[in-house]
Amino acid sequence: MNRACLAALLSHWHWNPLQLFAFLAGLALATALWSGVQAINAEARASYDAAAATLGEGQFDQIVPGAGDRIAQADFVALRRAGWLVSPVIEGRVGDVRVLGFDPLSSPAGFGVGQGDPGAFLAEGQLFANAETAAALEVDLPVVVDPGIAPGIAVGDIGVVQRLLGREDLSRLLVQPVQPMERPVLSDLAPGLRLQAANQTADVGELTGSFHLNLTAFGLLSFAVGLFIVYSTIGLAFEQRRGVVRTLRALGVALPRLVVLMLVEVLVLALIGAGLGVVLGYVVAAALLPDVAVTLRGLYGAEVAGTLQFRVSWWGSGLAIAVLGALAAAGARLWQIARMPLLASARPRAWAMTSGRVQNVQGALALLLLAVAAVLTLAGQGLVAGFALLGCFLIGAALALPLVVRPVLERAERGATTPVARWFWADTRQQLPGLSLALMALLLAISANIGVATMVSSFRLTFVSFLDQRLAPELYVEAASAEEAAAIESGMAAAGADVLPLLAIETQVAGQPARLFGVRVGPTYRESWVFLDQVLDAWNEVAAGQAVVTNEQLARRAGLWVGDSVSVAPDVTLPIAAVVADYGNPRGQVIVGEDLFRNLHPEVSPRQFGLRTDDPGALRDVLRTELGVAESALIDQRALKAFSLEVFERTFTVTAALNVLTLAVAGFAMLMSLLTLADLRVPQLAPVWALGLTRRRIGQLELLRTVVFAVVTCLFALPVGLGLAWVLLAIINVEAFGWRLPMFLFPADYARLGVYAVLAAIAAAAWPAWRLMRTPPNALLKVFAHER
Amino acid sequence: MTDAVLRLEGVEKAFASVDGPVPVLRGVSLELRAGETLALTGESGSGKSTLLHIAGGLEAADAGVVRVAGHDLVAMSDAARAAVRARDVAVVFQQFNLIPSLRVEDNIAFQARLAGRVDQGLIDRLVDRLGLAGQMRKYPEALSGGQQQRVAIARAIAARPRVLLADEPTGNLDEGTAAEVLEALLALVAETGAGLLLVTHSPAIAARMDRRLHLSAGRVA
Repeated sequence: MNRACLAALLSHWHWNPLQLFAFLAGLALATALWSGVQAINAEARASYDAAAATLGEGQFDQIVPGAGDRIAQADFVALRRAGWLVSPVIEGRVGDVRVLGFDPLSSPAGFGVGQGDPGAFLAEGQLFANAETAAALEVDLPVVVDPGIAPGIAVGDIGVVQRLLGREDLSRLLVQPVQPMERPVLSDLAPGLRLQAANQTADVGELTGSFHLNLTAFGLLSFAVGLFIVYSTIGLAFEQRRGVVRTLRALGVALPRLVVLMLVEVLVLALIGAGLGVVLGYVVAAALLPDVAVTLRGLYGAEVAGTLQFRVSWWGSGLAIAVLGALAAAGARLWQIARMPLLASARPRAWAMTSGRVQNVQGALALLLLAVAAVLTLAGQGLVAGFALLGCFLIGAALALPLVVRPVLERAERGATTPVARWFWADTRQQLPGLSLALMALLLAISANIGVATMVSSFRLTFVSFLDQRLAPELYVEAASAEEAAAIESGMAAAGADVLPLLAIETQVAGQPARLFGVRVGPTYRESWVFLDQVLDAWNEVAAGQAVVTNEQLARRAGLWVGDSVSVAPDVTLPIAAVVADYGNPRGQVIVGEDLFRNLHPEVSPRQFGLRTDDPGALRDVLRTELGVAESALIDQRALKAFSLEVFERTFTVTAALNVLTLAVAGFAMLMSLLTLADLRVPQLAPVWALGLTRRRIGQLELLRTVVFAVVTCLFALPVGLGLAWVLLAIINVEAFGWRLPMFLFPADYARLGVYAVLAAIAAAAWPAWRLMRTPPNALLKVFAHER
Repeated sequence: MTDAVLRLEGVEKAFASVDGPVPVLRGVSLELRAGETLALTGESGSGKSTLLHIAGGLEAADAGVVRVAGHDLVAMSDAARAAVRARDVAVVFQQFNLIPSLRVEDNIAFQARLAGRVDQGLIDRLVDRLGLAGQMRKYPEALSGGQQQRVAIARAIAARPRVLLADEPTGNLDEGTAAEVLEALLALVAETGAGLLLVTHSPAIAARMDRRLHLSAGRVA
């Protein structure tokens, strides 16, 4: 019995291949975007884990230089002789590869390198790296491929790496967790070094978490749009089979058996669709991963492998969420079937009609979600609350769409004068419930496009302005040694340049890891820097050592603002005179005057200088010929700016790609809804045809109807999209990155997007309308001959 | 009588309405033996279709006894009633109720497959007898109304039911086609030995049955 019954159920899909295609394609697209994003996230996390395992970063206390980035070998020897259990680490770069040398026998992180043999590690003069890094590494040493090593990193014995880098010093010392009870204090033994507690280094997973959360949110949005397709397809398929269900039950199939078989049917189809989606997701992820890798490297310095692995974590979750989504979409229909009386009408009831009660429930739900969004706007805190606000706002707006469109259509109907126009508007209103899911998907896609486009364009404007501020000096120079730094400072002053030394040290401010800068306050800072908030004469107070400037990230994370005080040294607490926007880095910064910095940290000498001059070319010649500064130590501002903009553009390549895909999926949802509704339309249109409207005219009106729906949806999407942009800029961005961006409007972009959306809707409607125009009169006549 | 395949005693049925329950059947009793044909006539709204549905286990009676092939349908669960429908009862509807996505050949064999007793020889004879040989690979929508009703009859007979219920099986057909379909139906019932309960408005068709029962306002007249 099961076999015969299942064959009858499955024959529906053979009979309606378009519905089968819509079901499988909708689920595959939804799963592809979701699992693709999850694949990228999983790959990135695996890379972070590999980096943590290789470097032991954040897991152990470290001894680091108080200033600069080198530790003398003698200091290490002195610490070991005094009883400190520390392990040396040297770090440098060869090309784009970060080369790390350590002592595998004393490192608290253990051997740390894949599954290699410590003997071979020590005995041979060789490096270890994964295949991708090994291919990029240009050294004379043999490179052993070890897939367990983080991307972009090569490791080797400390002696080997020291020889490779041409250095005899060290970069840092890892501190064993268990130390002898009695040992001399660090500051007595090596005053130039300081102890950095575990986890005080910025955890790359934490830094990049918000980026991945952003990707996940976009993946989920796309998944939701895909589920709209699945929901409407399942709804139509189940509704069209009411007659078959009645017949099967009349022929002796028990209801529980029928429900179970239909569940099995949905499950099998969901697994096929989701399986296709996972494969498609792999393709999407593989295409996007290189851009994501560049973004993460540019924004956070995090290395992510450029190749994708088929990890069970993402394809498993992709399959699971797709199957659950399909079952959820089928659940309501199965419930209806389970409650349907055996002799209920077999006529596809009012699939396209929604009862007043359902409308009321939908309206109440929309209001509830929008109210929750309002509460979260006022009282929510944290990134999760930000995304909850985003979800409530978008879903609430989508549910409200039919309720907004209906009065518009009713008004148009009242204003119509000719009989055909009156019928057109009445019929359009009647189609609204059947198309509302597709329209909601279109609304979400257009809103997401408007919101993200507004955010990215606002970001671009602000970021370019920020770069102009921060890269005001015409030249930057980095000294190789303290002696060269002193020579540059005096030489450039003598050459008539305005020298802006940059003093910096890593520290803790208000409980947050931060970088303390000492700057020489002058016209460059006074004229170029734009503060988000400031007291009168902020720079004068900073120059006088009586106040500090903090960046927005630190101020927001620590809950500080202008007028609050921060401690920059054990007994130095100063008020915040200004908060500056900082869009180039996720970390906290505090800026004090040069004199105060030198008093607090006399051991730190400036290595970097900004140079203001009217003739950068001449100054460049002086630096190279008279002061012997290497060309590589001179930083070209224009190149830096171009690079920064490139990083910016690539950062948003991924979101732009997801946006385009979402709009494409929404267009597909519209096409599928119209095609699947087409069969139900024939009985509705046959009487109009019989009364004298030509098939061609009916087809044209069908096309016009879709344009009307698309235009109204676009108009509603504009405020929703701008609301979305505001949430992204003012809430999500602040929570994720620590800065708030000003919001700009781009009417021309919105108009262009509206045109694209209408064109997409026309493209989606063209085929169903064409099919309608070519419906044989015979098919229209059948309406009057048979029950349908 | 021991060879009754269908027996109804004092069957009552009412439907709910805003003004309270509306009685449709008021103590109806009837009996149908194997190989016997019985016409059920009556004006519209007299309860003919409801009686047929109760006899087929498609609806439950409010009171009374309904026995099909020895099974007491009133005491049965929905699932057990479904099993009786699959095994012992077949219904020919006025609207055919074929499965549109299955070919004619699969529609004909469908109920026999559900009952687990496919007799390919019987199916071949039915197809031949009903003139469906050229239609087997077609889908129902490609057939005329008369052909679709023949398919529905073939489906019902192929399952070898003990009771065959027909609800105005020729109501949608022209006179000539209706006569052909009725002839085929009666001949096949005689061949298989099933009991036939046929609802009709037509006195001519009713006259072709062994017995006739007239319903009026929910009672046997």
